[in-house]
Amino acid sequence: MNEIMQLFLENQEFIYVIILSIFLGIEVISNVPAILHTPLMSGANAIHGVVIIGAIIVMGHADPSNTLALVLGFIAVVLGTLNVVGGFVVTNRMLEMFKKKEK
Amino acid sequence: MEFALEISYLVASITFILGLKMLSSPESARKGNLIAAAGMLIAIITTIAFHKDGEGHAIGNLIWIIAAMAVGTIIGWIMAVKVKMTAMPQMVSFFNGMGGACAALIALVEYNTHPVHEMGFLIVVCLSLIIGSVSFSGSIIAYGKLEGKIKDLYGNFMPIINGIIFLSVMGLMIYGLINPSMFDSGLLWIILAASLLYGVMFVMPIGGADMPVVISLLNSFTGVAAAFGGFMYDNAVMLTGGILVGSAGTILTILMCNAMNRSLANVIIGSFGGASGAKAEGGDKVVKEISLSDAAILCAYANKVSIVPGYGLAVAQAQHVCNDFTKLLEDKGVDVSYAIHPVAGRMPGHMNVLLAEADVSYDKLLELEDANEGMTSTDVTIVVGANDVVNPAAEDDPSSSIYGMPIIQVHKSKNIIIMKRSMGKGYAGIENNLFFADKTRMLFGDAKASLSALVGELRSL
Repeated sequence: MNEIMQLFLENQEFIYVIILSIFLGIEVISNVPAILHTPLMSGANAIHGVVIIGAIIVMGHADPSNTLALVLGFIAVVLGTLNVVGGFVVTNRMLEMFKKKEK
Repeated sequence: MEFALEISYLVASITFILGLKMLSSPESARKGNLIAAAGMLIAIITTIAFHKDGEGHAIGNLIWIIAAMAVGTIIGWIMAVKVKMTAMPQMVSFFNGMGGACAALIALVEYNTHPVHEMGFLIVVCLSLIIGSVSFSGSIIAYGKLEGKIKDLYGNFMPIINGIIFLSVMGLMIYGLINPSMFDSGLLWIILAASLLYGVMFVMPIGGADMPVVISLLNSFTGVAAAFGGFMYDNAVMLTGGILVGSAGTILTILMCNAMNRSLANVIIGSFGGASGAKAEGGDKVVKEISLSDAAILCAYANKVSIVPGYGLAVAQAQHVCNDFTKLLEDKGVDVSYAIHPVAGRMPGHMNVLLAEADVSYDKLLELEDANEGMTSTDVTIVVGANDVVNPAAEDDPSSSIYGMPIIQVHKSKNIIIMKRSMGKGYAGIENNLFFADKTRMLFGDAKASLSALVGELRSL
Protein backbone atom coordinates (compact mmCIF):
# COMPACT_ATOMS: atom_id res chain seq x y z
CA MET A 1 0.00 0.00 0.00
CA ASN A 2 2.79 2.34 0.98
CA GLU A 3 4.47 1.78 -2.33
CA ILE A 4 1.30 2.71 -4.18
CA MET A 5 0.92 5.92 -2.16
CA GLN A 6 4.53 6.66 -2.89
CA LEU A 7 3.87 6.09 -6.58
CA PHE A 8 0.97 8.53 -6.47
CA LEU A 9 3.00 11.23 -4.72
CA GLU A 10 5.94 10.86 -7.06
CA ASN A 11 3.81 11.06 -10.17
CA GLN A 12 1.25 13.61 -9.12
CA GLU A 13 1.90 15.88 -12.10
CA PHE A 14 1.48 13.05 -14.53
CA ILE A 15 -1.73 11.98 -12.89
CA TYR A 16 -3.10 15.50 -13.34
CA VAL A 17 -2.02 15.48 -16.97
CA ILE A 18 -3.76 12.14 -17.50
CA ILE A 19 -7.03 13.22 -15.98
CA LEU A 20 -7.12 16.51 -17.86
CA SER A 21 -6.18 14.77 -21.12
CA ILE A 22 -9.01 12.28 -20.70
CA PHE A 23 -11.55 15.07 -20.45
CA LEU A 24 -9.91 16.98 -23.25
CA GLY A 25 -10.07 13.93 -25.53
CA ILE A 26 -13.76 13.49 -24.81
CA GLU A 27 -14.51 17.19 -25.26
CA VAL A 28 -12.53 17.61 -28.44
CA ILE A 29 -14.33 14.98 -30.47
CA SER A 30 -17.79 14.91 -28.96
CA ASN A 31 -19.39 16.88 -31.80
CA VAL A 32 -17.97 14.95 -34.72
CA PRO A 33 -20.45 14.20 -37.52
CA ALA A 34 -20.85 10.55 -38.55
CA ILE A 35 -19.23 11.11 -41.94
CA LEU A 36 -15.95 11.96 -40.26
CA HIS A 37 -15.84 8.94 -37.96
CA THR A 38 -13.57 6.98 -40.24
CA PRO A 39 -11.03 9.75 -40.93
CA LEU A 40 -11.07 10.73 -37.27
CA MET A 41 -10.36 7.16 -36.18
CA SER A 42 -7.59 7.01 -38.71
CA GLY A 43 -6.14 10.34 -37.56
CA ALA A 44 -6.24 9.27 -33.92
CA ASN A 45 -4.56 6.05 -35.03
CA ALA A 46 -1.69 8.08 -36.47
CA ILE A 47 -1.38 10.17 -33.31
CA HIS A 48 -0.86 7.19 -31.01
CA GLY A 49 2.08 6.45 -33.27
CA VAL A 50 3.80 8.85 -30.86
CA VAL A 51 4.90 5.61 -29.22
CA ILE A 52 7.72 5.83 -31.80
CA ILE A 53 9.38 8.35 -29.46
CA GLY A 54 9.69 5.57 -26.88
CA ALA A 55 11.15 3.24 -29.49
CA ILE A 56 13.74 5.86 -30.49
CA ILE A 57 14.73 6.40 -26.86
CA VAL A 58 15.03 2.67 -26.22
CA MET A 59 17.10 2.19 -29.33
CA GLY A 60 19.19 5.29 -28.73
CA HIS A 61 20.28 4.30 -25.26
CA ALA A 62 20.63 0.58 -25.86
CA ASP A 63 24.07 -0.83 -25.17
CA PRO A 64 25.57 -1.74 -28.58
CA SER A 65 26.60 -5.12 -27.13
CA ASN A 66 23.04 -5.98 -26.08
CA THR A 67 21.84 -7.72 -29.23
CA LEU A 68 18.35 -8.55 -27.96
CA ALA A 69 17.68 -4.91 -27.09
CA LEU A 70 19.06 -3.74 -30.43
CA VAL A 71 17.03 -6.18 -32.49
CA LEU A 72 13.77 -5.59 -30.62
CA GLY A 73 14.44 -1.85 -30.59
CA PHE A 74 15.05 -1.84 -34.33
CA ILE A 75 11.79 -3.68 -34.98
CA ALA A 76 10.00 -1.31 -32.62
CA VAL A 77 11.26 1.73 -34.53
CA VAL A 78 10.21 0.19 -37.86
CA LEU A 79 6.72 -0.66 -36.59
CA GLY A 80 6.29 2.71 -34.89
CA THR A 81 7.29 4.52 -38.09
CA LEU A 82 4.83 2.36 -40.03
CA ASN A 83 2.09 3.45 -37.65
CA VAL A 84 2.96 7.15 -37.90
CA VAL A 85 3.63 7.43 -41.63
CA GLY A 86 0.95 5.00 -42.75
CA GLY A 87 -1.58 6.55 -40.38
CA PHE A 88 -1.09 10.13 -41.49
CA VAL A 89 -0.84 9.31 -45.20
CA VAL A 90 -4.00 7.18 -45.19
CA THR A 91 -5.90 9.86 -43.30
CA ASN A 92 -4.71 12.50 -45.72
CA ARG A 93 -5.83 10.38 -48.66
CA MET A 94 -9.31 10.01 -47.21
CA LEU A 95 -9.62 13.71 -46.48
CA GLU A 96 -8.27 14.74 -49.86
CA MET A 97 -11.41 13.30 -51.37
CA PHE A 98 -13.67 15.25 -49.09
CA LYS A 99 -11.88 18.40 -50.10
CA LYS A 100 -12.31 17.85 -53.82
CA LYS A 101 -16.05 17.93 -53.51
CA GLU A 102 -16.27 21.29 -51.84
CA LYS A 103 -15.67 23.00 -55.16
CA MET B 1 19.46 23.82 -25.94
CA GLU B 2 18.29 22.39 -22.65
CA PHE B 3 14.72 23.42 -23.24
CA ALA B 4 14.44 22.57 -26.90
CA LEU B 5 13.14 19.08 -26.23
CA GLU B 6 10.62 20.12 -23.59
CA ILE B 7 9.31 22.95 -25.76
CA SER B 8 9.01 20.76 -28.82
CA TYR B 9 7.05 18.21 -26.78
CA LEU B 10 4.72 20.94 -25.60
CA VAL B 11 4.25 22.14 -29.18
CA ALA B 12 3.64 18.58 -30.37
CA SER B 13 1.04 17.99 -27.64
CA ILE B 14 -0.77 21.15 -28.70
CA THR B 15 -0.73 20.11 -32.36
CA PHE B 16 -2.27 16.76 -31.39
CA ILE B 17 -5.11 18.46 -29.54
CA LEU B 18 -5.67 20.97 -32.35
CA GLY B 19 -5.38 18.22 -34.92
CA LEU B 20 -8.07 16.09 -33.28
CA LYS B 21 -10.29 19.13 -32.87
CA MET B 22 -9.93 20.09 -36.52
CA LEU B 23 -10.51 16.50 -37.62
CA SER B 24 -14.00 16.80 -36.18
CA SER B 25 -15.22 19.20 -38.81
CA PRO B 26 -15.21 18.66 -42.59
CA GLU B 27 -13.75 22.07 -43.53
CA SER B 28 -10.69 21.86 -41.35
CA ALA B 29 -10.16 18.10 -41.20
CA ARG B 30 -7.36 17.88 -43.70
CA LYS B 31 -5.43 20.75 -42.19
CA GLY B 32 -5.88 19.16 -38.76
CA ASN B 33 -4.29 15.94 -39.94
CA LEU B 34 -1.32 17.81 -41.41
CA ILE B 35 -0.86 19.89 -38.28
CA ALA B 36 -0.75 16.79 -36.10
CA ALA B 37 1.70 15.19 -38.53
CA ALA B 38 3.95 18.25 -38.37
CA GLY B 39 3.88 18.10 -34.56
CA MET B 40 4.84 14.45 -34.70
CA LEU B 41 7.75 15.21 -37.02
CA ILE B 42 9.05 17.93 -34.68
CA ALA B 43 8.80 15.59 -31.69
CA ILE B 44 10.68 12.83 -33.50
CA ILE B 45 13.47 15.09 -34.77
CA THR B 46 14.05 16.84 -31.46
CA THR B 47 14.04 13.51 -29.63
CA ILE B 48 16.81 12.23 -31.86
CA ALA B 49 18.73 15.48 -31.58
CA PHE B 50 18.37 16.41 -27.93
CA HIS B 51 17.23 13.46 -25.84
CA LYS B 52 19.56 12.54 -22.98
CA ASP B 53 19.21 9.60 -20.64
CA GLY B 54 19.58 9.85 -16.85
CA GLU B 55 23.38 9.91 -17.11
CA GLY B 56 23.43 12.57 -19.80
CA HIS B 57 24.22 10.30 -22.74
CA ALA B 58 22.84 11.48 -26.07
CA ILE B 59 20.98 9.20 -28.47
CA GLY B 60 23.32 6.58 -29.90
CA ASN B 61 22.95 3.87 -32.53
CA LEU B 62 21.94 6.69 -34.87
CA ILE B 63 22.55 4.75 -38.04
CA TRP B 64 20.28 1.96 -36.90
CA ILE B 65 17.53 4.35 -35.87
CA ILE B 66 17.63 6.20 -39.17
CA ALA B 67 17.74 2.93 -41.11
CA ALA B 68 14.72 1.61 -39.20
CA MET B 69 12.81 4.83 -39.78
CA ALA B 70 13.64 4.75 -43.47
CA VAL B 71 12.36 1.19 -43.76
CA GLY B 72 9.18 2.03 -41.85
CA THR B 73 8.57 5.20 -43.85
CA ILE B 74 8.97 3.52 -47.21
CA ILE B 75 6.78 0.52 -46.38
CA GLY B 76 4.15 2.62 -44.60
CA TRP B 77 4.01 5.19 -47.36
CA ILE B 78 3.69 2.63 -50.13
CA MET B 79 1.00 0.67 -48.29
CA ALA B 80 -0.96 3.83 -47.52
CA VAL B 81 -0.79 5.12 -51.08
CA LYS B 82 -1.51 1.79 -52.75
CA VAL B 83 -4.44 0.69 -50.61
CA LYS B 84 -7.84 0.80 -52.25
CA MET B 85 -10.43 3.03 -50.64
CA THR B 86 -12.58 -0.02 -50.02
CA ALA B 87 -9.85 -1.64 -47.96
CA MET B 88 -9.38 1.42 -45.74
CA PRO B 89 -10.79 -0.11 -42.54
CA GLN B 90 -8.38 -3.03 -42.54
CA MET B 91 -5.50 -0.69 -43.33
CA VAL B 92 -6.27 1.42 -40.26
CA SER B 93 -6.49 -1.78 -38.25
CA PHE B 94 -3.12 -2.93 -39.56
CA PHE B 95 -1.34 0.33 -38.71
CA ASN B 96 -2.99 0.26 -35.31
CA GLY B 97 -1.59 -3.22 -34.73
CA MET B 98 1.89 -1.95 -35.58
CA GLY B 99 1.60 0.77 -32.93
CA GLY B 100 0.48 -1.83 -30.38
CA ALA B 101 3.38 -4.11 -31.23
CA CYS B 102 5.76 -1.16 -30.91
CA ALA B 103 4.46 -0.42 -27.40
CA ALA B 104 4.81 -4.08 -26.37
CA LEU B 105 8.35 -4.27 -27.75
CA ILE B 106 9.61 -1.18 -25.97
CA ALA B 107 8.19 -2.55 -22.72
CA LEU B 108 10.17 -5.76 -23.26
CA VAL B 109 13.40 -3.98 -24.09
CA GLU B 110 12.97 -1.50 -21.29
CA TYR B 111 12.58 -4.34 -18.80
CA ASN B 112 15.61 -5.97 -20.29
CA THR B 113 17.87 -2.89 -20.07
CA HIS B 114 16.59 -1.23 -16.90
CA PRO B 115 18.86 -2.07 -13.97
CA VAL B 116 16.45 -1.54 -11.07
CA HIS B 117 12.95 -2.98 -11.06
CA GLU B 118 10.86 -1.14 -8.51
CA MET B 119 7.12 -1.73 -8.17
CA GLY B 120 5.87 1.26 -10.17
CA PHE B 121 8.19 0.47 -13.04
CA LEU B 122 7.03 -3.15 -13.13
CA ILE B 123 3.35 -2.20 -13.17
CA VAL B 124 3.90 0.19 -16.06
CA VAL B 125 5.98 -2.32 -18.03
CA CYS B 126 3.41 -5.08 -17.53
CA LEU B 127 0.45 -2.93 -18.53
CA SER B 128 2.22 -1.52 -21.56
CA LEU B 129 3.20 -5.04 -22.61
CA ILE B 130 -0.26 -6.51 -22.06
CA ILE B 131 -2.29 -3.74 -23.69
CA GLY B 132 0.17 -3.37 -26.55
CA SER B 133 0.13 -7.06 -27.42
CA VAL B 134 -3.65 -7.42 -27.09
CA SER B 135 -3.98 -4.48 -29.45
CA PHE B 136 -1.46 -6.00 -31.85
CA SER B 137 -2.90 -9.51 -32.12
CA GLY B 138 -6.49 -8.21 -32.01
CA SER B 139 -5.85 -5.73 -34.81
CA ILE B 140 -4.19 -8.34 -36.98
CA ILE B 141 -7.19 -10.67 -36.54
CA ALA B 142 -9.53 -7.77 -37.35
CA TYR B 143 -7.41 -7.06 -40.43
CA GLY B 144 -7.61 -10.72 -41.49
CA LYS B 145 -11.36 -10.83 -40.98
CA LEU B 146 -12.00 -7.74 -43.07
CA GLU B 147 -9.73 -9.10 -45.78
CA GLY B 148 -11.87 -12.24 -45.69
CA LYS B 149 -8.92 -14.43 -44.72
CA ILE B 150 -10.15 -15.32 -41.24
CA LYS B 151 -13.60 -16.64 -40.45
CA ASP B 152 -15.69 -15.90 -37.39
CA LEU B 153 -15.36 -18.40 -34.63
CA TYR B 154 -18.25 -18.37 -32.30
CA GLY B 155 -19.64 -20.66 -29.65
CA ASN B 156 -21.30 -20.19 -26.31
CA PHE B 157 -18.08 -21.31 -24.72
CA MET B 158 -16.12 -18.35 -26.12
CA PRO B 159 -17.01 -15.77 -23.45
CA ILE B 160 -16.04 -18.28 -20.77
CA ILE B 161 -12.70 -19.09 -22.39
CA ASN B 162 -12.00 -15.40 -22.91
CA GLY B 163 -12.85 -14.71 -19.29
CA ILE B 164 -10.43 -17.40 -18.19
CA ILE B 165 -7.62 -16.07 -20.38
CA PHE B 166 -8.23 -12.52 -19.19
CA LEU B 167 -8.17 -13.56 -15.55
CA SER B 168 -5.00 -15.61 -16.12
CA VAL B 169 -3.22 -12.61 -17.64
CA MET B 170 -4.22 -10.46 -14.67
CA GLY B 171 -3.33 -13.27 -12.23
CA LEU B 172 0.10 -13.76 -13.80
CA MET B 173 0.79 -10.05 -13.60
CA ILE B 174 -0.19 -9.84 -9.93
CA TYR B 175 1.81 -12.98 -9.16
CA GLY B 176 4.83 -11.36 -10.81
CA LEU B 177 4.39 -8.12 -8.91
CA ILE B 178 4.40 -10.03 -5.66
CA ASN B 179 7.37 -12.17 -6.69
CA PRO B 180 9.39 -9.86 -8.97
CA SER B 181 12.16 -12.40 -9.44
CA MET B 182 9.73 -14.55 -11.44
CA PHE B 183 9.78 -12.00 -14.27
CA ASP B 184 13.39 -12.84 -14.89
CA SER B 185 12.70 -16.54 -15.15
CA GLY B 186 10.38 -16.23 -18.09
CA LEU B 187 7.16 -14.95 -16.56
CA LEU B 188 7.25 -11.84 -18.73
CA TRP B 189 7.29 -13.99 -21.87
CA ILE B 190 4.39 -16.07 -20.58
CA ILE B 191 2.41 -12.88 -19.97
CA LEU B 192 3.29 -11.75 -23.49
CA ALA B 193 2.07 -15.04 -24.97
CA ALA B 194 -1.13 -15.03 -22.93
CA SER B 195 -1.89 -11.42 -23.92
CA LEU B 196 -1.36 -12.18 -27.59
CA LEU B 197 -3.71 -15.14 -27.25
CA TYR B 198 -6.27 -12.96 -25.51
CA GLY B 199 -6.17 -10.44 -28.37
CA VAL B 200 -6.88 -13.23 -30.86
CA MET B 201 -9.69 -14.79 -28.85
CA PHE B 202 -11.19 -11.42 -28.06
CA VAL B 203 -11.72 -10.49 -31.71
CA MET B 204 -12.40 -14.01 -33.07
CA PRO B 205 -16.11 -14.29 -32.18
CA ILE B 206 -17.01 -10.73 -33.16
CA GLY B 207 -19.04 -10.52 -36.35
CA GLY B 208 -17.88 -8.52 -39.35
CA ALA B 209 -20.53 -5.84 -38.91
CA ASP B 210 -19.11 -5.02 -35.51
CA MET B 211 -15.54 -4.80 -36.76
CA PRO B 212 -15.46 -0.98 -36.91
CA VAL B 213 -16.38 -0.82 -33.25
CA VAL B 214 -13.63 -3.28 -32.41
CA ILE B 215 -11.03 -1.42 -34.47
CA SER B 216 -11.95 1.80 -32.77
CA LEU B 217 -11.69 0.11 -29.38
CA LEU B 218 -8.30 -1.41 -30.19
CA ASN B 219 -7.27 2.02 -31.42
CA SER B 220 -7.92 3.47 -28.00
CA PHE B 221 -6.08 0.50 -26.42
CA THR B 222 -2.97 1.38 -28.39
CA GLY B 223 -3.36 4.97 -27.22
CA VAL B 224 -3.35 3.78 -23.61
CA ALA B 225 -0.36 1.52 -24.27
CA ALA B 226 1.51 4.52 -25.73
CA ALA B 227 0.62 6.52 -22.63
CA PHE B 228 2.12 3.82 -20.39
CA GLY B 229 5.22 4.12 -22.54
CA GLY B 230 5.18 7.82 -21.66
CA PHE B 231 5.09 6.88 -18.00
CA MET B 232 8.08 4.60 -18.47
CA TYR B 233 10.21 7.43 -19.84
CA ASP B 234 8.63 10.37 -18.01
CA ASN B 235 7.84 11.52 -21.51
CA ALA B 236 5.13 14.16 -21.65
CA VAL B 237 4.29 14.00 -25.35
CA MET B 238 3.81 10.24 -25.33
CA LEU B 239 1.61 10.60 -22.30
CA THR B 240 -0.66 13.34 -23.65
CA GLY B 241 -0.79 11.88 -27.17
CA GLY B 242 -1.58 8.41 -25.87
CA ILE B 243 -4.21 9.47 -23.35
CA LEU B 244 -5.88 11.80 -25.85
CA VAL B 245 -6.26 8.97 -28.33
CA GLY B 246 -7.30 6.61 -25.55
CA SER B 247 -10.16 8.81 -24.41
CA ALA B 248 -11.16 10.14 -27.84
CA GLY B 249 -11.06 6.58 -29.17
CA THR B 250 -13.28 5.33 -26.37
CA ILE B 251 -15.85 8.04 -27.02
CA LEU B 252 -15.75 7.32 -30.74
CA THR B 253 -16.34 3.65 -29.97
CA ILE B 254 -19.37 4.52 -27.88
CA LEU B 255 -20.71 6.85 -30.59
CA MET B 256 -20.44 3.99 -33.07
CA CYS B 257 -22.25 1.61 -30.74
CA ASN B 258 -25.01 4.19 -30.31
CA ALA B 259 -25.43 4.42 -34.07
CA MET B 260 -26.22 0.70 -34.04
CA ASN B 261 -28.28 0.93 -30.91
CA ARG B 262 -26.15 -1.63 -29.15
CA SER B 263 -24.12 -1.49 -26.01
CA LEU B 264 -20.38 -2.01 -26.05
CA ALA B 265 -20.73 -5.03 -23.76
CA ASN B 266 -23.18 -6.51 -26.22
CA VAL B 267 -20.70 -6.13 -29.07
CA ILE B 268 -17.84 -7.65 -27.12
CA ILE B 269 -19.60 -10.52 -25.41
CA GLY B 270 -21.85 -11.84 -28.04
CA SER B 271 -22.14 -11.77 -31.77
CA PHE B 272 -25.71 -11.15 -32.89
CA GLY B 273 -27.97 -13.47 -30.92
CA GLY B 274 -28.94 -16.85 -32.30
CA ALA B 275 -32.40 -17.69 -33.57
CA SER B 276 -35.02 -15.00 -33.93
CA GLY B 277 -38.65 -15.10 -34.92
CA ALA B 278 -38.09 -13.67 -38.37
CA LYS B 279 -35.57 -16.33 -39.21
CA ALA B 280 -37.95 -19.24 -38.90
CA GLU B 281 -40.76 -17.90 -41.03
CA GLY B 282 -38.72 -16.91 -44.08
CA GLY B 283 -38.61 -20.36 -45.62
CA ASP B 284 -41.44 -20.66 -48.11
CA LYS B 285 -41.74 -17.08 -49.33
CA VAL B 286 -40.93 -16.16 -52.87
CA VAL B 287 -39.00 -13.17 -54.15
CA LYS B 288 -39.78 -11.44 -57.43
CA GLU B 289 -36.95 -10.67 -59.81
CA ILE B 290 -36.79 -7.76 -62.22
CA SER B 291 -35.11 -7.67 -65.61
CA LEU B 292 -32.41 -5.11 -66.36
CA SER B 293 -34.47 -3.26 -68.94
CA ASP B 294 -37.48 -3.06 -66.64
CA ALA B 295 -35.27 -1.75 -63.88
CA ALA B 296 -33.75 0.87 -66.19
CA ILE B 297 -37.19 2.03 -67.36
CA LEU B 298 -38.52 2.16 -63.83
CA CYS B 299 -35.66 4.45 -62.81
CA ALA B 300 -35.61 6.58 -65.94
CA TYR B 301 -39.27 7.54 -65.60
CA ALA B 302 -39.21 8.13 -61.88
CA ASN B 303 -39.19 11.62 -60.41
CA LYS B 304 -37.16 10.77 -57.41
CA VAL B 305 -34.67 7.95 -56.96
CA SER B 306 -32.82 7.14 -53.78
CA ILE B 307 -29.77 4.90 -53.65
CA VAL B 308 -28.93 3.02 -50.47
CA PRO B 309 -25.34 1.79 -50.63
CA GLY B 310 -23.93 -0.94 -48.40
CA TYR B 311 -20.95 -3.19 -48.12
CA GLY B 312 -21.85 -4.87 -51.44
CA LEU B 313 -21.02 -1.60 -53.20
CA ALA B 314 -17.64 -1.54 -51.52
CA VAL B 315 -16.68 -5.15 -52.29
CA ALA B 316 -17.75 -4.81 -55.91
CA GLN B 317 -15.80 -1.50 -56.22
CA ALA B 318 -18.95 -0.15 -57.81
CA GLN B 319 -18.73 3.45 -56.59
CA HIS B 320 -17.58 4.91 -59.94
CA VAL B 321 -20.14 3.14 -62.08
CA CYS B 322 -22.73 4.07 -59.48
CA ASN B 323 -21.85 7.70 -60.07
CA ASP B 324 -22.16 7.21 -63.86
CA PHE B 325 -25.58 5.70 -63.29
CA THR B 326 -26.57 8.68 -61.16
CA LYS B 327 -25.41 11.19 -63.77
CA LEU B 328 -27.32 9.46 -66.56
CA LEU B 329 -30.49 9.55 -64.48
CA GLU B 330 -29.95 13.21 -63.70
CA ASP B 331 -29.57 13.97 -67.39
CA LYS B 332 -33.04 12.51 -67.75
CA GLY B 333 -34.32 14.91 -65.10
CA VAL B 334 -34.52 12.44 -62.26
CA ASP B 335 -33.80 13.71 -58.77
CA VAL B 336 -31.22 11.30 -57.35
CA SER B 337 -29.91 11.18 -53.80
CA TYR B 338 -28.01 8.74 -51.63
CA ALA B 339 -29.30 7.55 -48.28
CA ILE B 340 -26.36 6.79 -46.04
CA HIS B 341 -26.83 4.68 -42.97
CA PRO B 342 -24.24 5.60 -40.34
CA VAL B 343 -22.94 2.05 -40.09
CA ALA B 344 -23.34 0.99 -43.72
CA GLY B 345 -20.21 -0.72 -44.94
CA ARG B 346 -17.52 -1.70 -42.53
CA MET B 347 -16.81 1.57 -40.81
CA PRO B 348 -18.92 4.58 -39.95
CA GLY B 349 -18.46 7.00 -42.79
CA HIS B 350 -17.09 4.26 -45.05
CA MET B 351 -19.73 4.95 -47.70
CA ASN B 352 -19.05 8.69 -47.62
CA VAL B 353 -15.38 8.09 -48.26
CA LEU B 354 -16.10 5.69 -51.11
CA LEU B 355 -18.64 7.90 -52.84
CA ALA B 356 -16.39 10.88 -52.31
CA GLU B 357 -13.71 8.98 -54.18
CA ALA B 358 -16.11 8.61 -57.10
CA ASP B 359 -16.78 12.38 -57.07
CA VAL B 360 -20.37 12.13 -55.89
CA SER B 361 -21.13 15.59 -54.60
CA TYR B 362 -21.52 16.25 -50.90
CA ASP B 363 -25.10 17.50 -50.92
CA LYS B 364 -26.42 14.32 -52.51
CA LEU B 365 -25.44 12.26 -49.50
CA LEU B 366 -28.31 12.32 -47.05
CA GLU B 367 -27.90 11.18 -43.48
CA LEU B 368 -30.34 8.75 -41.94
CA GLU B 369 -32.97 11.21 -40.70
CA ASP B 370 -33.07 13.39 -43.82
CA ALA B 371 -33.21 10.31 -46.02
CA ASN B 372 -36.11 8.84 -44.05
CA GLU B 373 -38.06 12.09 -44.22
CA GLY B 374 -38.07 11.98 -48.01
CA MET B 375 -38.73 8.25 -48.27
CA THR B 376 -42.51 8.33 -48.78
CA SER B 377 -42.15 10.62 -51.78
CA THR B 378 -39.41 8.52 -53.35
CA ASP B 379 -40.48 6.60 -56.44
CA VAL B 380 -37.67 4.10 -56.63
CA THR B 381 -35.20 3.09 -53.96
CA ILE B 382 -32.21 1.10 -55.13
CA VAL B 383 -30.51 -0.87 -52.40
CA VAL B 384 -26.97 -1.67 -53.52
CA GLY B 385 -25.52 -4.45 -51.42
CA ALA B 386 -27.03 -3.36 -48.11
CA ASN B 387 -29.17 -5.65 -46.00
CA ASP B 388 -29.46 -5.26 -42.24
CA VAL B 389 -29.58 -1.46 -42.39
CA VAL B 390 -32.83 -1.60 -44.39
CA ASN B 391 -34.43 -4.51 -42.53
CA PRO B 392 -37.87 -3.44 -41.27
CA ALA B 393 -37.64 -6.10 -38.55
CA ALA B 394 -35.58 -3.54 -36.64
CA GLU B 395 -38.80 -1.53 -36.29
CA ASP B 396 -41.59 -4.06 -36.07
CA ASP B 397 -40.23 -7.34 -34.75
CA PRO B 398 -39.28 -7.15 -31.06
CA SER B 399 -37.95 -10.70 -31.23
CA SER B 400 -35.36 -9.78 -33.85
CA SER B 401 -31.77 -9.39 -32.77
CA ILE B 402 -31.51 -6.03 -34.53
CA TYR B 403 -34.77 -4.70 -33.04
CA GLY B 404 -34.33 -1.06 -32.11
CA MET B 405 -31.48 -0.30 -34.50
CA PRO B 406 -32.32 2.80 -36.56
CA ILE B 407 -32.79 1.82 -40.21
CA ILE B 408 -33.30 3.51 -43.53
CA GLN B 409 -37.03 3.17 -44.07
CA VAL B 410 -36.80 1.88 -47.58
CA HIS B 411 -40.09 0.04 -47.16
CA LYS B 412 -41.89 3.40 -47.19
CA SER B 413 -40.86 4.23 -50.73
CA LYS B 414 -43.06 3.34 -53.72
CA ASN B 415 -40.82 0.83 -55.47
CA ILE B 416 -37.76 -1.00 -54.26
CA ILE B 417 -35.02 -2.61 -56.28
CA ILE B 418 -32.59 -4.75 -54.32
CA MET B 419 -29.21 -5.45 -55.88
CA LYS B 420 -27.70 -8.46 -54.25
CA ARG B 421 -25.41 -11.28 -55.13
CA SER B 422 -27.59 -13.99 -53.69
CA MET B 423 -30.29 -14.52 -51.12
CA GLY B 424 -27.56 -14.76 -48.47
CA LYS B 425 -28.20 -13.08 -45.20
CA GLY B 426 -26.57 -9.91 -43.94
CA TYR B 427 -24.06 -9.82 -41.14
CA ALA B 428 -26.71 -10.14 -38.50
CA GLY B 429 -27.58 -13.49 -40.09
CA ILE B 430 -31.30 -12.84 -40.10
CA GLU B 431 -33.98 -12.93 -42.76
CA ASN B 432 -35.08 -9.65 -44.31
CA ASN B 433 -38.81 -9.49 -44.98
CA LEU B 434 -38.30 -6.45 -47.16
CA PHE B 435 -37.13 -8.77 -49.93
CA PHE B 436 -40.51 -10.51 -49.98
CA ALA B 437 -42.65 -7.36 -50.02
CA ASP B 438 -45.03 -6.79 -52.94
CA LYS B 439 -43.29 -3.65 -54.14
CA THR B 440 -39.81 -5.17 -53.95
CA ARG B 441 -37.96 -6.52 -56.97
CA MET B 442 -34.65 -8.34 -56.83
CA LEU B 443 -31.78 -7.80 -59.25
CA PHE B 444 -29.28 -10.56 -58.57
CA GLY B 445 -25.62 -10.24 -59.44
CA ASP B 446 -22.45 -8.40 -58.56
CA ALA B 447 -23.23 -4.73 -57.82
CA LYS B 448 -20.72 -3.43 -60.33
CA ALA B 449 -21.89 -5.74 -63.12
CA SER B 450 -25.55 -4.92 -62.47
CA LEU B 451 -24.93 -1.18 -62.36
CA SER B 452 -22.83 -1.24 -65.55
CA ALA B 453 -25.59 -3.20 -67.27
CA LEU B 454 -28.13 -0.65 -66.06
CA VAL B 455 -25.96 2.17 -67.39
CA GLY B 456 -25.94 0.38 -70.75
CA GLU B 457 -29.71 0.02 -70.70
CA LEU B 458 -30.19 3.67 -69.78
CA ARG B 459 -27.98 4.83 -72.64
CA SER B 460 -29.99 2.81 -75.12
CA LEU B 461 -33.35 4.08 -73.92
